[in-house]
Amino acid sequence: MTDAIQSVVMPKWGLAMQEGTLTEWHISEGDTIAPGQEICDIETSKIANALEATISGTVKRLVAKPGDTLPVGALMAVVVNGDVSDAEIDAFVKKFEDEFAELMAKAEASAPKAQSVEIDGRKINYLQMGQEGPAIVFIHGFGGDLNNWMFNQPNLSEKHRTYALDLPGHGASGKAVGDGSFAMLSGTVVKFLDAVGIDKAHLVGHSLGGAIAIAVAQAAPAKVASLTLISPAGLGSEINMDYINGFIGAQRRNDMKPVLSMLFANPELVTRDMVNEVLKFKRLDGVEDALKAISGSVFAGGKQANLLRDALAAVSVPVQIVWGTEDRILPVSHADGLGGNVTVTRAPNVGHMAHMEIASEVTKLIETAAAS
Amino acid sequence: MARKLSFRGAINEALRQEMERDKTVILMGEDIAGGTNAPGEQDAWGGPLGVTKGLQPIFGPDRVMDTPISESAFIGAAIGAATSGLRPVAELMFVDFMGVCFDQIFNQAAKFRYMFGGKAQTPVVIRCMIGAGFRAAAQHSQCLYPIFTHIPGLKCVVPSSPYEAKGLLAAAIRDNDPVMFFEHKLLYDVEEDVPEDPYTIPMGEANIVREGSDVTIVTLGRMVSLSKDAADLLAKDGIEAEVIDLRTTSPMDIDTVLESVENTGRLVVVDEAHPRCNIATDVSAQVVQNAFGALKAPIKMVTAPHAPVPFSPALEDLYIPSPEKIAAAVREVHAYA
Repeated sequence: MTDAIQSVVMPKWGLAMQEGTLTEWHISEGDTIAPGQEICDIETSKIANALEATISGTVKRLVAKPGDTLPVGALMAVVVNGDVSDAEIDAFVKKFEDEFAELMAKAEASAPKAQSVEIDGRKINYLQMGQEGPAIVFIHGFGGDLNNWMFNQPNLSEKHRTYALDLPGHGASGKAVGDGSFAMLSGTVVKFLDAVGIDKAHLVGHSLGGAIAIAVAQAAPAKVASLTLISPAGLGSEINMDYINGFIGAQRRNDMKPVLSMLFANPELVTRDMVNEVLKFKRLDGVEDALKAISGSVFAGGKQANLLRDALAAVSVPVQIVWGTEDRILPVSHADGLGGNVTVTRAPNVGHMAHMEIASEVTKLIETAAAS
Repeated sequence: MARKLSFRGAINEALRQEMERDKTVILMGEDIAGGTNAPGEQDAWGGPLGVTKGLQPIFGPDRVMDTPISESAFIGAAIGAATSGLRPVAELMFVDFMGVCFDQIFNQAAKFRYMFGGKAQTPVVIRCMIGAGFRAAAQHSQCLYPIFTHIPGLKCVVPSSPYEAKGLLAAAIRDNDPVMFFEHKLLYDVEEDVPEDPYTIPMGEANIVREGSDVTIVTLGRMVSLSKDAADLLAKDGIEAEVIDLRTTSPMDIDTVLESVENTGRLVVVDEAHPRCNIATDVSAQVVQNAFGALKAPIKMVTAPHAPVPFSPALEDLYIPSPEKIAAAVREVHAYA
């Protein structure tokens, strides 16, 4: 039986990831693993994260050693179901390694690539992963992009059609945002659902993207199956303007690094590459003007301009909120006193980026919401 | 959306996007189209190494001008056009040929803003090729950016990769002062992810391309990737080198260098130019003047020798700094007690 032997390979987190370093195994040879279990820690040039198993079986061989830096797709471990001899495993490992180059060339050719649609005369860039199952749409926050979901989207794409989009003025989407109004942002997402042929979607929004998700549910309730909101905006007037203005103003690494550190409970998660990627985005023509326009509109006078607590209470589909208790951008207290269909998870030792800081927990919550 | 683009392609794209953005941007140079207004193919060449290929058919012969083989004439014309409202980008093939148009650059373009009390501006970019390793011998292989760095009034850019080249060239074209833009020939086929959208990288801001706390390596141009290779070799022995890409030699971001040296206490400067009065000596002098107390070891320079670039391939390979030579210098500085 060929599928009695399965492989654990170096994952691809985000479009740019080429290789990763195995820092620690959480499993030993002989252990039984199940999908969703964290099996090892992997560090990329951007960020460190735990890898979850997507298969079940007995760990027969740990091919990669802690400290190894391997290309995406490289064999890290062999997992078996039933009786398999050492000789068969040797043959499997050898075959995998012999065919690796060809396999990678094929994977490269069929790897999901960002696409775009035109909405209101503006290019909207998005990444679709997974062709079947209920739709999940990811909406990033102020200054973010579709890569913010790199730890969540690949796993969820196994059973869902997932879409992560770049909001106007962000990522590789058009940078002309006009007045940068909240209505323009949420209107774009509503039109995006139509443009890519989504009848109904589970919306996942982070920060400003969370407020946008609420507004989409308000404007087009028939199109929304559930809401998962991570540190959402729109539930109180406070916002850390030191972060917003710092992000808009920082032109250099030394200025940007402390700004990005505010996002995470553990500032060490901010790597040199993360800072460089953000600076690369900020150097694009039109980005500074776009961010200023959006900030001037949605955070006018240093306060959140769009309060959506009533709108959220009126949402009839299930709503869950995940909020890090160490969030320094939007206070976790904004999650207090929400009635209706809202479930709130307050995550200790987590900052503003729960979907990255505790990626596997957030992925599970999204999966549960999308299954109901 | 970023996709792989060569150094050559990145420069071509920056030129195209800036010409689309601003109608006053024009190109001038020897065979930059290679056939303009002559019978037959109009875009035969795109410059000696094909960098401007495809631009003449888009923008026409009025904006992509083949010039006579007279550097003194067309560099002068480009500078004159810059003072009267255009933003010319002139391509001077090899930096080695600059000698015939020094007056136009040093004594005219570089001085206008100063001598007219700030009322004149000269937004010209002069592109040229630098560097050894191309088997092109002594008259086509030098790294003469130190000569231009010496002149107040000129900005000097030495890009190290495709991403850097596109953003720095866009910034150079939008700048209101004369900018010298030095392209290393051996980088033209190097590829990396480059955004399709236009963007600019500010001049005078060094880039820390690798972090490390043991030794600082300051470098520029093609030597950046060689220094990164050296740092990888050193990491295997537990020596963590910080690699700083200066990006521009004028203005120079010495603050980033000083900050790093204050942290590591040890400095190696890698420069492909001849060792006398080059960027390595300049950086060394500024570090000694401003951070002497932080130094735990003498500074080492890794440069070409004070000799013309040899035509013999074997000698030329020896002439150019290598990752091994850079790593050896770092080891020496690191071991100094």
